Amino acid sequence: MSEVTSESSARSGSVSTEAARTGVASVTTGRPPANGTPPAKGTSPARTGLLELARDRLRRGDLGSIPVAVGLVLIAVVFSSLNGHFLAPENLTNLALQMAATGTIALGIVLVLLLGEIDLSAGSVSGLCAVIMTLLAVHHGLNPALAVLGALLAGAVIGLIHGVMRTKLSMPSFVVTLAGLIGWEGLMLFLLGNEGTINLPFDRGIAQLSDTWMPPAVGWALVVLLAGGHLAATLVTRRLRAAAGLSVLGMGWVAVRSGGLAVLLAAAVLVLNSDRGVPLTLVVFGGLVVALDLVLRRTVFGRRMYAVGGNAEASRRAGINITQVRIMAFMGSSMLAATGGILAASRLASVNQSSGGSDILLNAIAAAVIGGTSLFGGRGRTYSALLGILVIQSITNGMLLLNVNSSVRFMVTGVVLAVAVAIDSLARRGAPDGVR
Amino acid sequence: MSPVVSPDTSSAGATPNPAPRTEKQLVLSVRGASKRYGAVQALGGADLDLHAGEVVALVGDNGAGKSTLVKVISGAVQSDSGTITFEGREVRIGRPQDAQALGITTVFQDLALCENLDVVANLFLGSESRHYGVLGEIPMERKARDLLTSLDVRIKDVRSPVAALSGGQRQSVAIARALLGDPKVVILDEPTAALGVEQTAQVLGLIARLRERGLAVLLISHNLADVRQVSDRIAVLRLGTNAGTFETATVSQETVVAAITGAGA
Repeated sequence: MSEVTSESSARSGSVSTEAARTGVASVTTGRPPANGTPPAKGTSPARTGLLELARDRLRRGDLGSIPVAVGLVLIAVVFSSLNGHFLAPENLTNLALQMAATGTIALGIVLVLLLGEIDLSAGSVSGLCAVIMTLLAVHHGLNPALAVLGALLAGAVIGLIHGVMRTKLSMPSFVVTLAGLIGWEGLMLFLLGNEGTINLPFDRGIAQLSDTWMPPAVGWALVVLLAGGHLAATLVTRRLRAAAGLSVLGMGWVAVRSGGLAVLLAAAVLVLNSDRGVPLTLVVFGGLVVALDLVLRRTVFGRRMYAVGGNAEASRRAGINITQVRIMAFMGSSMLAATGGILAASRLASVNQSSGGSDILLNAIAAAVIGGTSLFGGRGRTYSALLGILVIQSITNGMLLLNVNSSVRFMVTGVVLAVAVAIDSLARRGAPDGVR
Repeated sequence: MSPVVSPDTSSAGATPNPAPRTEKQLVLSVRGASKRYGAVQALGGADLDLHAGEVVALVGDNGAGKSTLVKVISGAVQSDSGTITFEGREVRIGRPQDAQALGITTVFQDLALCENLDVVANLFLGSESRHYGVLGEIPMERKARDLLTSLDVRIKDVRSPVAALSGGQRQSVAIARALLGDPKVVILDEPTAALGVEQTAQVLGLIARLRERGLAVLLISHNLADVRQVSDRIAVLRLGTNAGTFETATVSQETVVAAITGAGA
């Protein structure tokens, strides 16, 4: 048993009773502990039950989105019982508008967390890039699209600087981005100069971004497109896998998954349509979540992100250019921060000295972590940013509805963050072979 | 760079116990490899022959020069003198990539797997099949399954993360990954060091199947029981030089131990 012991205790130093060790051996290998022959994987296309997959994941301590989903339901029940307006379409629409900016920044945080790095500068960078965009559009009279492009470019350059400092100078990302947090905010204040506030024209250009609503038909078309696309992709993959003699998901589960997605999306669109319609900012944020998830899980680039985050040395030996991957992650993070800053400026129709300041960075990091992204790298998905920001913004929104002092709001958010990470941590520690 | 032995010297005669292996093709031959680290002579003119379809165990006490010899072959360090002949040609292995290009692959003791990725992703790490940057998951999973099946490596679900596998399964994945590059020589550095009895048996079985595939296998191990079970020949290093090469089938444990410790030499 000693070999198993050394491995498991290396991963989680606290599991040390003999009983736990024995449990490890039998559960780890997923076969009878008594020297039995493990069941060979069938060569004929086997059906993989979703239940079995879920059980395997739970056994690894991988709770997935379950705690967050439960948390969201709890939040909805508590706040709607305290204030009937919480679940009203108007308020839920506001919630969607409120979370887009910070949620986009949280997406960038997920990127760097996947590598086991951190980006403390995301808030400052979002403010700086928003100011750059506003200056280009208002003071230089640039086309709004070009101004946005300019801000994104600025974000890319900032990310490149961070990435080069992290990789070529071997500086810890905490320090690099802490310097960025302070320095970029300074640059933003310098650019704002004596004015302090610059307004964007309300009725056109960038401010319109936050005041554009999808017509009901377009909202429903989005539901059909997303759920239908998901179903089609699943079916095509299933057919190709079956043709290649690989295990496939049962048809029942395919229907349940795509159907569930369709129901969720339809419910959201139904609610939003009964107010002003699906806001464009939500489409932008949602589109980024989906697109980035596909990039991370389906492309070689994404695979290398997870690989470097899981074991940088192993990735280097496998011939992966880890410097390049790291620089790309920092660039992605800063560009998403810039996007978030633009969304925030659009919603406010102005930039000022507190743009990208106060609790935006902390909320973005908290959202990524609450959603289930590991701080140690290699584990997390873009949907964690969506779920996490939903939790945080729901609490903020609900507390504001109840007219509670922001002191209470901070305390509750802090407790939720701690509880979310504690649940995740305990589940993994209790599991014999969890991935941190 | 002064070659001690000319590269075309036949393998027989260079070792105290010449092995009658004329039916096996000589793949890799090291002659007079020496390496000095400052005041320490890690290797003092060591020889080694590897044949296709043969498992050679490299044994010796700590500091005998096993690791240095392996590093010389795998390109991690360059020897001060000596020659390496690969498939009849004298070659220069200056970098790990040179060894890879020749078809010499090394599975290091620290496994170099990404625990958060699944078995398929680990097998193809750095050489993923793709179309315009999009992962070709189906061909990869299929190749992974076929490879693992052909090696008789049993893993319930090739889509489970490596963290969920046993130590023996992980070692098997690491070895299987080395085979994807279609190598001719596989060097295994202490593959059973951290494993229990059953898992060691799994890995030793895998090594035997590498031999059946016609690969030349160099096994570095401290464990004489494992060595006796799986190897064809045992090459003993002592103080950086050869202290004998033995036919595993005929040599006694005492003889090997004596060669390792230098007792009675």
